[in-house]
Amino acid sequence: MSESNKDKVMIEINNISKWYGNFQVLDNCSTNIKKGELIVVCGPSGSGKSTLIKCVNALEPFQKGDVIIDGNSIMQCTDLPKLRSRVGMVFQHFELFPHLSIRENLTLAQIKVLNRSKEEAMQKGMGYLDRVGLKLQADKFPGQLSGGQQQRVAIARALCMDPICMLFDEPTSALDPEMVNEVLDVMVELAHEGMTMMCVTHEMGFAKKVANRVIFMDKGQIIEDCDKHQFFDDQDNRSERAKYFLSKILSNH
Amino acid sequence: MSSYHWDWSVFTQIADDDRFYYQWLIEGLGWTCKVAVCSFFIAFILGSILGIMRTTENKILQFISNVYVEFFRNIPLIVQLFLWFHVVPEIVPENLGTYIKQDVPAWFLAIIGLSLFTSARIAEQVRSGIMTIPSGQKMAGLALGLTEWQTYLYIRIPMAYRIIMPTLTSESMNIFKNSSVTFAVGVLEVFFYGKQIIEKTAQEYEILTAVALIYIFVALCANIIMSLIEKYTRVPGFIAKGSK
Amino acid sequence: MSFDFNVITDNIDYLMQGLRYSLQVTLVAMIGGVIIGTVLAMMRLSSNKIFSTLATIYINTFRSIPLVLVLLIFFLFGPKITGIPISANQSAYITFTIFEAAYYAEIMRAGIQSISRGQTFAGFAVGLNYFQTMRYIILPQAFRNVLPILLTQTVILFQDISLVYAIGATDFLGAADKLNQRDFKPIELYLFVAVVYFILCFSLSRLVKRLQNKIAIIR
Repeated sequence: MSESNKDKVMIEINNISKWYGNFQVLDNCSTNIKKGELIVVCGPSGSGKSTLIKCVNALEPFQKGDVIIDGNSIMQCTDLPKLRSRVGMVFQHFELFPHLSIRENLTLAQIKVLNRSKEEAMQKGMGYLDRVGLKLQADKFPGQLSGGQQQRVAIARALCMDPICMLFDEPTSALDPEMVNEVLDVMVELAHEGMTMMCVTHEMGFAKKVANRVIFMDKGQIIEDCDKHQFFDDQDNRSERAKYFLSKILSNH
Repeated sequence: MSSYHWDWSVFTQIADDDRFYYQWLIEGLGWTCKVAVCSFFIAFILGSILGIMRTTENKILQFISNVYVEFFRNIPLIVQLFLWFHVVPEIVPENLGTYIKQDVPAWFLAIIGLSLFTSARIAEQVRSGIMTIPSGQKMAGLALGLTEWQTYLYIRIPMAYRIIMPTLTSESMNIFKNSSVTFAVGVLEVFFYGKQIIEKTAQEYEILTAVALIYIFVALCANIIMSLIEKYTRVPGFIAKGSK
Repeated sequence: MSFDFNVITDNIDYLMQGLRYSLQVTLVAMIGGVIIGTVLAMMRLSSNKIFSTLATIYINTFRSIPLVLVLLIFFLFGPKITGIPISANQSAYITFTIFEAAYYAEIMRAGIQSISRGQTFAGFAVGLNYFQTMRYIILPQAFRNVLPILLTQTVILFQDISLVYAIGATDFLGAADKLNQRDFKPIELYLFVAVVYFILCFSLSRLVKRLQNKIAIIR
């Protein structure tokens, strides 16, 4: 069966279960992400959504199930760092490397992991830095930038690795309100360019605008996994928990 | 006070070996610095390796590092020096033992003893520096495709050293003070010479004042050098912020 | 190579006497040092410039010069000031108390500073004066917070007693050394000293760690 490029599955999450000691944090989670899709993962705190997304690039180990990235299984992978370099990740607390300049933040992994030359890495880094609107900050250090600027650099840093897909773990939760939009704008632009994206977020406005699908999690399980319109507009057919969550979240929008 | 005769010219008196006493003190200062500086370098390298070992997930490395640190932390420095000086030559094969007793100079054994002692302390400081760094930094490195050792080398260790700069500074001052203990195994450092001159001239106050001032001066120098290093390696914008 | 542990068993009384001396000095210096150190810490933090400068000079001076030098100074000074002859063993009690006070002072200072200023304000607000506030509100909390660190410093102090070798006093190590000069059995004697120190210090620091965990849980 041949699939058109548009329907190619980039990431398969198959029956992931994870325990911390005796406590189960993920319960048989399965879904997949096709090329160019933007999936938003939402749910109450403690639902396991951050844990799930960290399982996708094996930053969090899981006991059962498997994740398949562009045909490569994590459980059978022999070179995990290489596999990870193909998936970009943006963290809630930005996690720029404070002792390196912005330029060096962007080029470190390109040089050490992808073995690019310094010039090539610089060129690519400056290109993406310019795309997120921060070309002038190249020689500053993370501590000298605002939260919104740091997060945009973090997005550029991930893009420099030319990933096949981007993972966002609550990218705007740690930002002051006035900086949330500058980061969301970058993410919206990325989505319009066709990047495959998985976002854990509370920003329902963002989800409504650009998401293809919405996954709702609660207590470690995937409760809803449906089309964006079904999730927001067809609420009667959604589960009780999802409806309750939506009512709480949307009342503030 | 009783009949103490102050005589500040004691420093320019001539000793048995036809040198001035102040030259004794200067030679002592030279040995103090040599022993302290060499020990610090060795202790820094050893301590860093051991501290890093403690932060890995490898149980064997952790165990070795723990045993090492506990051993050198729970025995007084002077006892450790005695072990190197009096016990080690006796328990190694006879040829090696005689070689140590006759041909290995006291300062060499003293440097070994002092550096191993200090390395255990530095190991603890390096470990706590690495542990202070939030796990998000390691994850960010891994997410980009770096291996665990690459995250140590490029991300965690550079930041850890900057975090523990203050404790490293006080450790550098400590090692100069601790070098005074090596007099007990015959190192000709400044405390040793101070005691000698007092025995010969009975001008205690002058000598003690001089020796104390020498140590204060040396401590100040160490402090200044470390602050220069700290200034040079400072990360712009890091000081108050810290990572979340 | 044969070990002759008789040298230890035959002279165990003499060695234990030395060990007892080490423990005695530790105890005296710990109690005295913490008391003086607390006073110094309060002086250091006081708004009175004279007090804070005096305290700073005291603390910095004793933290900059080696312990063996301080031991020698007090050993030679002591009899001259008081006029009565003081043995090396006796002078060590005073020396360690005064020396360690500088280190305890820094620990207590950190402890006092870690208590939020709101506590001081609350004490003043109900009418307590400065000393009452310190005595009933700040110091008890500060002390409890830094107790593990104080105990760790005491373990260091216990190890430091061995430096009375510099003035010829007879502590645990001194006893072993004097026996070695008479019988020449360095391996047995110094290994014994090392092992005993290790067991004592290791156990004490384990206890301190357990205390630390208990305090953390209560918090």
